[in-house]
Amino acid sequence: MTQFLFLYRRPSEQPALSPAQMQQTIPKWQAWFQELSANGHLKERGNPLEPEGKLVRGSKNDVTDGPYAEKDLVMGYTIVEAHDFDHACRLAEGCPGLSTQMLVEVRPVLQIAP
Amino acid sequence: MEPFDHLFRHESGRMVAALTRIFGVHNLALAEDVTQDALCRALEVWRIQGMPDNPGAWLLSTAKRRALDVLRRERTARTYAPEVAHAIETNHDLAPALDEMLGAANMRDDELRMMFSCCHPHLAERVRVALILHILCGFSVGEVAAAFLSNEEAIKKRISRGKTVLANSRRLFDLNREDFAERLSSVHRALYLLFNEGYHGASPEYAVRKELCDEAMRLGTLLCDNPLTAVPATYALLALMCLHAARLPARVNAAGDFTMLLDQDRSRWDEELINDGQRLMDLSAQGTVLTAYHVEAAIASVHAEAKFPVETRWATIVELYDALMKIQPSPVVALNRALAIAQRDGPQRGLDEIAQISDSKRLAAYPFYSAALAELHLRAGDLTLARDCFLKALALARSQMERRLLERRLAECGTSGGALNGAMHALEMTSLPLGRSIAH
Repeated sequence: MTQFLFLYRRPSEQPALSPAQMQQTIPKWQAWFQELSANGHLKERGNPLEPEGKLVRGSKNDVTDGPYAEKDLVMGYTIVEAHDFDHACRLAEGCPGLSTQMLVEVRPVLQIAP
Repeated sequence: MEPFDHLFRHESGRMVAALTRIFGVHNLALAEDVTQDALCRALEVWRIQGMPDNPGAWLLSTAKRRALDVLRRERTARTYAPEVAHAIETNHDLAPALDEMLGAANMRDDELRMMFSCCHPHLAERVRVALILHILCGFSVGEVAAAFLSNEEAIKKRISRGKTVLANSRRLFDLNREDFAERLSSVHRALYLLFNEGYHGASPEYAVRKELCDEAMRLGTLLCDNPLTAVPATYALLALMCLHAARLPARVNAAGDFTMLLDQDRSRWDEELINDGQRLMDLSAQGTVLTAYHVEAAIASVHAEAKFPVETRWATIVELYDALMKIQPSPVVALNRALAIAQRDGPQRGLDEIAQISDSKRLAAYPFYSAALAELHLRAGDLTLARDCFLKALALARSQMERRLLERRLAECGTSGGALNGAMHALEMTSLPLGRSIAH
């Protein structure tokens, strides 16, 4: 099994959800996590991230606010375990956020063979 | 209802109302933004981490933090409600003032004040109802449109007209104002229409209907919980809603078709709601004012008492319709009265009564006027007239569900005058006599 990082990215055009629609998405996510967990794929549920950020660069203590446009912002992450890249992508396809234009970036965690 | 069933919608209404008081009604849009923001944050956190034990409190403290940010950042850019303005001027810490204003008791008041504000006399009744659904019940514009089977553009205009009037009204309605009683009766009427839209309205989908009825009852309960608004008419209104809502589970069968009053499986009526309704009727029996809500609740209660249709006390129902004609005469009430008379004295007497309805032209566009005539002709054995009237009603049907019902009834005209329960089919359809669709 290999670990993969799912990065939840906010789409550039986010559909406005009504309060009822927002609420309806929560049990779908819970069901998705439950399924991942039941099949032994959930390594860490992860966390949501605040929208703001700072960028630290260079040698002169240069700290700026993140160059984040409103779009394509990383909103949270989860760590899963999958057989291979394809398998991880298939798992990501079950993410309920996809139906509201969210993007899931799938990144294999680099591991050095023992 | 499960406690969290409509958490987002209901908390949205509560928070918009409370934040509107804090920011002032002219900043209604800001209150909506802050609320939307709190809901979005909740969604982002909860979808990954699951719901906390007290999601309402979580949402509120998130909204409170956002509100504080706004007030600090825009101290002078806007004007706010007097309490907040005072705290800003005297350079006091805003947090305690906000805590106080967002306390449970204050928030309940704000919800009521928003309800009263939505019923502004400058607004048409259908605008008031749309505004209540949108602001206090958390329905999006699209969801309001879907509930009324209306087009989204029209509803959007209706709601934005309402918000403009609201934003110009300077502050949320104060429950101690002189015109309180007048405004309270507008609020009653709006909740009545909201309930009616759910019960009889155009939208054929059971879930939507039930949701509108539930919302009307939830807001009615808020009125009953405050000593200022818990007057006999409020109890009568809520009683009437409970007694009708009790029949909802039996109104639509497994195939999704209307099942009319006399055909309903009465064991599926909600006994708890019937008991609530009767208890509320007792509470409504004070004072000297008899409202239409009292009489309508009484009619619904007579139906609720009858374990079987044959046990229905039609003579009492006719008397109640007589009373209703005195309080609030209308062609629809007259039609219902005629149908009750037909149940008591036979179809010909019913037809005679319908012929005497003075203002019957106003009923012409109403499918159940023709349907009622058809049912009585059918019972009187005149299949030709019955068929003509059913065809007329069919042409006016507003939904597939109504169409299917009328087609089934029309098919009865082919068989030999079998429809013993006919008149009641129409009676059930029109049993909220004040009602008319607010969608169009």
